[in-house]
Amino acid sequence: MSETMTVREALRMALREEMARDDRVTILGEEVGLFEGSYRVTAGLMEEFGAERVRDTPISEEGFTGAAIGAAMAGGRPVVEIMTVNFSLLAFDQIVNNAAKIRYMFGGEAGCPLVVRMPGGGGSQLTAQHSQSFDAWFAHVPGLKVLAPATPADARGLLKAAIRDDDPVMFLESFPLYNIKGEVDEDDDVTPIGRARVAREGTDITFVAHSYAVVRALRVADALAEEHDVSAEVIDLRSLRPLDFEAVAESVRKTNRALCVEEGWATYGVSAELAARIGFACFDYLDAPVGRVGAAEVPLPYAKNLEQAALPNDEKIAAAARQVLDI
Amino acid sequence: MADETELRRLFELMLLVRAFEPEAERQYKKAKIGGYCHLATGQEATHVGAVGAMRDDDVLVAAYRVHGLALARGVEPGAVMAELFGRVDGCAHGRGGSMHLLDVERGFLGGWGIVGGHLPVATGVALELARREEPRAVLCELGDGAVNTGAWHESLNLAALWKLPVVFLVVNNRYGMGTSVERASAEPDLHKRACAYRMRGEKVDGDDLVAVVECTRELLARARDEYEPSVLEAVTYRYRGHSVADAGWSYRSKEEVEEHQRRDPIERAAEQLGLGEDEVAELREQAKQRVKEAVEFADASAEPDVASLGEHVYGDPDSGEQVARMAAGAPFGEGEL
Repeated sequence: MSETMTVREALRMALREEMARDDRVTILGEEVGLFEGSYRVTAGLMEEFGAERVRDTPISEEGFTGAAIGAAMAGGRPVVEIMTVNFSLLAFDQIVNNAAKIRYMFGGEAGCPLVVRMPGGGGSQLTAQHSQSFDAWFAHVPGLKVLAPATPADARGLLKAAIRDDDPVMFLESFPLYNIKGEVDEDDDVTPIGRARVAREGTDITFVAHSYAVVRALRVADALAEEHDVSAEVIDLRSLRPLDFEAVAESVRKTNRALCVEEGWATYGVSAELAARIGFACFDYLDAPVGRVGAAEVPLPYAKNLEQAALPNDEKIAAAARQVLDI
Repeated sequence: MADETELRRLFELMLLVRAFEPEAERQYKKAKIGGYCHLATGQEATHVGAVGAMRDDDVLVAAYRVHGLALARGVEPGAVMAELFGRVDGCAHGRGGSMHLLDVERGFLGGWGIVGGHLPVATGVALELARREEPRAVLCELGDGAVNTGAWHESLNLAALWKLPVVFLVVNNRYGMGTSVERASAEPDLHKRACAYRMRGEKVDGDDLVAVVECTRELLARARDEYEPSVLEAVTYRYRGHSVADAGWSYRSKEEVEEHQRRDPIERAAEQLGLGEDEVAELREQAKQRVKEAVEFADASAEPDVASLGEHVYGDPDSGEQVARMAAGAPFGEGEL
């Protein structure tokens, strides 16, 4: 049975299914209960599962993220919602110094089965402090798993995988993705962690992307086909750590050209890591240097035209693709 | 009132800590121990008394001056010393060192190294115990330096707001590294901070074994039975520097240290128990013998296998499969981890 739904609905479906399946699963976060979620992902869950399992917290990111870490160590399966990824900076000590280190520094004697969900990205004129993407920061840290789905099916499947995983998972959601619709197969339960997806098959260039950048890459691929008769393949990473680099390498060895696209700043970014790996593993297959596109390296501005110019918009991606294709 | 057998057991643990810490310093100077190494000599009544007041199924979460707390919780001295030596038989198998001791079986969830960073974790352990309606309490040990972090405020607020079974034991040894409480805290009566959260805040002479045991026991019972969190400030003094690398003379005088040593917690506990000098001397010898055996155990334990370097980054059974496709194009050597 498959059903059309938004990413938001798919996330809610995953939370509801996992809470029904396992009574150790709880939700903590600001406005997740009575308010029904700042972005309405958790709408209805407090009513269904009660205020103990869907727990409203004060504005206290370090406190409740740390509390979820403690609950996870004590046998719970907490899912934290940080209202937006921008506020995760207040909890970075808990995420990086505690969650990511517990298993290792305690010699495998303790674990931290925690999920931290947080939406990010720009495009809604939310400006400098509320429009960021820290994907690379999280993905930089051994001990964390970092997932970033781009479709409703993967939003559900990866969130379920994250909740069932015994390690701390940073689950990166995206504001512009919440209303994107797609098919969700109700039987197709869990999306495996560490597996990329070929979102579009092609032969001339590989676009490597994750989260909302996949939507952009697919649009640009269609336009390039129409305008330049170029066949672009799009790899949706889905998982940033562990990274399915084999899928990327396989595609680049076929197309011989690569463009890495991300929503965040590209310098020292996810695309930097990908470009380095492609350069090393696919050197003999490349017909052109690896291209990269990210957000303009400025704090996101307010004025609509400035903000659009700062984002990795379709025009920018298409221009970068033409450069890599030398057309 | 704790019974005499129990106090006697705790007194012997105080002697064990008093024998263990100078030996750790000796081994550090012989380069058997590296990294940071924070000693608790002088703080034995607080460490042993508070942990001694816990029930077996209560949970201990602590900062990084934890050798004494671990020993008080019943971790084998050999497992502690082997961890300091970085050996496989250490309680964290040589991956944690002095600051990250733990013993999950004994409800000791670590040794944490970032000042204040473990307070939210301890709060969350209490949250989970409360959610499962298990009558267990958490003892969260911290130093006087931690009370000025945001994590302290956030944790106390959550614990009080959600009525969690946790006792925050502030070990006030007068200095956060070299900064005295008066130079760091606008309200230097640290237990009074609890009232901002409508929480019980008590102060105890941390060098009085019986008082520490009784006070901690009462607060843990309130936490366990009434879901009433609290703050307990135990005022004590560390004889040595902040760590073995700190001589400790730039911010305090020899006279000040000597004054505290004249009111030594071990001598006071011996008096409370009515133990004679000969008996104490014999128990001291027994403690030294246990520490000697701990050093022998640590020395005999193997170093971790270098091939195990990549183990325990992740623990999920599927992790191997999840990371398998990351090896291609990886930085030098990473693909083999």
